[in-house]
Amino acid sequence: MEKKKLILVGNGMAGVRAVEEILKVSKDLYEITIFGSEPHPNYNRILLSKVLQGDTEVKDITLNTFEWYEENNIQLYTAEMVVKIDSIRKVVITDLGRMEPYDELILATGSLPFILPIPGANKEGVTAFRDIKDTEVMLEASKKYKKAAVIGGGLLGLEAARGLLNLGMDVAVVHLGPYLMERQLDPMAGKLLQTELEKQGMTFLLEKQTQEIFGNDRVEGIRFNDGTELEADLVVMAVGIKPNTELAKGCGLTVNRGVVVNDYLQTNIPHVYAVGECAEHNGIPYGLVAPLYEQGKVLAKHICGVDTNPYKGSILYTQLKVSGVEVFSAGDFMEGEDKKAIKVFDDQDNYYKKIVLRGNQIVGAVLFGDSSDGNRLVSMIQKEADISDTMKVSILQPQGQEAGASLVASMSNDEIICGCNGVSKGTIIQAIQNQGCSSVDDIKACTSASRSCGGCKPLVAEVLQLSLGDSFDGQLQKEAICGCTTLSRDEVVEEIKAKGLTHIKEVMFVLGWNNDEGCSKCRPALNYYLGMVNPTEYEDEKESRFVNERMHANIQKDGTYSVVPRMYGGVTNSQDLRRIADVVDKYEIPLVKLTGGQRIDLLGVKKEDLPKVWEDLDMPSGFAYGKSLRTVKTCVGEQFCRFGTQDSMGLGIVLEKKYEGLQTPHKVKMAVSACPRSCAESGFKDIGYIGIDGGWEIYVGGNGGTHVRSGVLLYKVKTEEEVIEITSAYLQYYRETANYLERTSAWIERVGFDHVRSILDDQLHRKELNNRMDKALSVIKDPWKAITEDEKVKKELFETVVMS
Amino acid sequence: MINKKVSKVAIGSVRELPERLGKTVFVGDKEVAVFKLSNGSVRAIENRCPHKGGVLSEGIVSGEFVFCPMHDWKICIEDGNVQAPDRGCVKTYQTLVEDEEVYLLIDEL
Repeated sequence: MEKKKLILVGNGMAGVRAVEEILKVSKDLYEITIFGSEPHPNYNRILLSKVLQGDTEVKDITLNTFEWYEENNIQLYTAEMVVKIDSIRKVVITDLGRMEPYDELILATGSLPFILPIPGANKEGVTAFRDIKDTEVMLEASKKYKKAAVIGGGLLGLEAARGLLNLGMDVAVVHLGPYLMERQLDPMAGKLLQTELEKQGMTFLLEKQTQEIFGNDRVEGIRFNDGTELEADLVVMAVGIKPNTELAKGCGLTVNRGVVVNDYLQTNIPHVYAVGECAEHNGIPYGLVAPLYEQGKVLAKHICGVDTNPYKGSILYTQLKVSGVEVFSAGDFMEGEDKKAIKVFDDQDNYYKKIVLRGNQIVGAVLFGDSSDGNRLVSMIQKEADISDTMKVSILQPQGQEAGASLVASMSNDEIICGCNGVSKGTIIQAIQNQGCSSVDDIKACTSASRSCGGCKPLVAEVLQLSLGDSFDGQLQKEAICGCTTLSRDEVVEEIKAKGLTHIKEVMFVLGWNNDEGCSKCRPALNYYLGMVNPTEYEDEKESRFVNERMHANIQKDGTYSVVPRMYGGVTNSQDLRRIADVVDKYEIPLVKLTGGQRIDLLGVKKEDLPKVWEDLDMPSGFAYGKSLRTVKTCVGEQFCRFGTQDSMGLGIVLEKKYEGLQTPHKVKMAVSACPRSCAESGFKDIGYIGIDGGWEIYVGGNGGTHVRSGVLLYKVKTEEEVIEITSAYLQYYRETANYLERTSAWIERVGFDHVRSILDDQLHRKELNNRMDKALSVIKDPWKAITEDEKVKKELFETVVMS
Repeated sequence: MINKKVSKVAIGSVRELPERLGKTVFVGDKEVAVFKLSNGSVRAIENRCPHKGGVLSEGIVSGEFVFCPMHDWKICIEDGNVQAPDRGCVKTYQTLVEDEEVYLLIDEL
């Protein structure tokens, strides 16, 4: 089926989230094109203030990297604006003259900062605070100038003010209203916030109406309508935002304050949707992230033809940190008329809480100083909870004060923990139980909870605590790969990829290792990760290999080595056996033994004899020492066995030839049996194959070692090609996501069988994993042969000096 | 004073010693691990870990430490001391580099 064309106008949080939701429903329905006027991929606008504060870079607040667009086959045009929609011919036209046809169109043009229509608003040094460009203007100004004025004492204005304060400027906040953040706070909370921010060094001019911005080319100050003035070298206008409807207006779309949409985010023109801040639903254009994400979900399902509940508007709530102060409000939080309030104000610990009741029903709440009750209150408001049975004041009880019970514990599974992404407590518990999530970061990766504003991180941690009990330690959230760093495996691998690091010393230097040369834990691990990320370029560092992998033989307790030559599928012949026998005689090898993996082990070989032994054997390395494919054990199979239904030896040999020498996080053992009697013991191998009539069963995650574990059936397939395809994808996914020295059995328990299965179910993923596997396999050489041909390595590693 | 004889044994060119890899040297009945550290200095210690006799010349070298390949004991190559939490020490030997030739100074009673 040919894909339909979907165009998204606006590369911001709401639009891209809607696209993510669409991809969740189906990756095959649409060919997607996105136009964004900024030159960046989708970033988290909420965190712009952090960039302004100088401790965060743009890339740190990027939500979707350019690679994400590529991976999802999305055509992205940045710094290009759609200027016209022709809904009759179903095309859009851009400012660069590009014409792009669509089947479905989504408008997510967001909003524009509201610039006061006053004289001087266009002077140099006057800026809005809305995008990365504005942030850059402010950063530049802070280097040269001292005095900043922020017009607007709402959320955005205060964040801008805090950022400028951090940059060393004197900051005055000018506000029209009688108290700060009057859209989100009541007068009491607004005043408390002001007191707190004054302590931090901000000054406030309340109930001041700006009349004019004066100065020559550059701003020099602000004049108010009462005749007073304020000096300023930088003026930030943060008086509000308005839906960006310029494009929509010219195209016949119904526009009120925003683009008018119905409960399915459809506009009045067929095949044109609008979502996010530019849209107006039921008279309300929403400006907070949670409603935008709710809209995205509904839109995605509808556009993909999947049943969905209509969007019925959102309960507005705000939970944020303003300059380190937690504030929260939800619903209808102003008392009066038929609404009564219950308030608690603790001057000593500096917190304030209020709930607003209509009869017995909670309709709104405000919290200042401690917002940990916020999510619970939102859900009470959403459910229109009747509180007539509850002690009213206990609703405001500070967390944990009564009976010591956690609020999260008392939440039901359908209650929302992450408001931004609509992730319920139940979803998080599922991720912990079924997908092995054990940290806030895991949960974020799995469910998106805490991915946007991060405000719910403590709650997510609490759910983890409740689910995992003592085994969860918030302090030990991430496990550093060793004592030389605080970074976890995932962070290190991410940095290697992001920064293009190419050797171990560089990783340690760039990532600030506290030990110049690392240790016996991190060096082999980094050596593996670097080779995994960059198989064709990376040059293996033998100094960072554990002795067995450096010497390509297993060291024994007396300092001699054992040698195991490759015997594909455990099948040998008279020539090989004769050669082995000759080598044993020639080098006086003291012990010959059969291994558990159907190989011959020559034990007690002297170090200096190793290269000669290999040369005389003239067989490839059996990698019995490696974090690599060890052996593929096979039963006799259909060639000889009366029960055999498949050619187990044949498949075993194919597998062993394909994956021999592959570097893996830990050793990998395989077995192929030709019938369910499983004589090759396929049931507890890293990957085990069992022949059935007309195909193969593939079992994974088995282990016969310290922690015995049965393999689990991953797939039943018909052909050898499918066996290889699945094996490659599975092994490659293990290679890419396991910790160094983590066996597949431990890995699959950690990441979850269902998760791995879902990755492999995805045909595109499977194909990409296969491609990367083939790339890794393309550079493998037999190490024994390589060493016997390299005089320098032979001398360096295998020669001992004997002096009398 | 005990009459000690010190013998000076040449073991090869410093240029041929690989950096951060041990070299096993037998001098009579003594087995010595010789290391060229990343700062260029050459050090020698007894080649057996006091724990279970692991061959130290095959350990991973980091700075002035070597990790025993058997059970990962961490041993200082400069003074022979085993690092906490394990305890013990190995014998150290003096080394000399003259005209690019490396010498071991071995005491003989």
